[in-house]
Amino acid sequence: MARRSSSEAVAWLLFSAGGMASALLVPVLLLFFGVVFPLGLLAAPDHTYILAVLRHPLTRVVLFALCVLALMHWAHRFRYTLFDGLQLKRLRTPINLLCYLGAAIGSLWAAIVLFG
Amino acid sequence: MTTSDARLYRPRASRFWWLHRRSYLLFVLRELSSVFVAWFVVYLLLLVTSVHRGSGSYQRFLEWSGLPWVLVLNIVALAFVLLHAITWFNLAPKAIVVRAAGRQVPPRSVAAAHFTAWALASAVVAWIVLGGL
Repeated sequence: MARRSSSEAVAWLLFSAGGMASALLVPVLLLFFGVVFPLGLLAAPDHTYILAVLRHPLTRVVLFALCVLALMHWAHRFRYTLFDGLQLKRLRTPINLLCYLGAAIGSLWAAIVLFG
Repeated sequence: MTTSDARLYRPRASRFWWLHRRSYLLFVLRELSSVFVAWFVVYLLLLVTSVHRGSGSYQRFLEWSGLPWVLVLNIVALAFVLLHAITWFNLAPKAIVVRAAGRQVPPRSVAAAHFTAWALASAVVAWIVLGGL
């Protein structure tokens, strides 16, 4: 029992850190790359510039941390959405596994893309 | 009463309990925002991949991002991540109690500090994205 509650505490901390990182950074990034540039309201940065920004070590580290924490935030919140929202408490273990497996695969993908 | 009858009392909630009240619906929408946070990670990694593959690939990503379904998905995702950010910073004073000089810092100031940090972070990102570096 003690083990489960300590792993829940770690899950909650990661959820919390991810919630904070996503709240601070995701709206502005999504506003530009998802809406403003596609609609042509402003010109998207040219390839040379964006490549230089993405190659900067600080950008890589910040984006990697953002990806991992955002996925941990998703995994924790989404599994509770499924248990409580859809009354699926009996499927708790498989839902936990799938959510955190998804977050782990996503984090690995982020590492390959950002540092590979 | 036999032991097999003595079950725990489990109130049954409908699978759609969250449609019954506005506050419940808002709660579920806030929880669903996490799905769009995850979508953002996928979208960001696709963008970074295209940039690393070269100029032509980046152009194709930009064209793809302008397709109606991608654009609509991103507008919906933006609404959800804004809901996440606003509800997150509004709740922050409940999670973080700050004490200074032996007194509790008013919850409203804690929330205001978070909104200020959000504005600053967004300004720095905007400055970098729009070519400030």
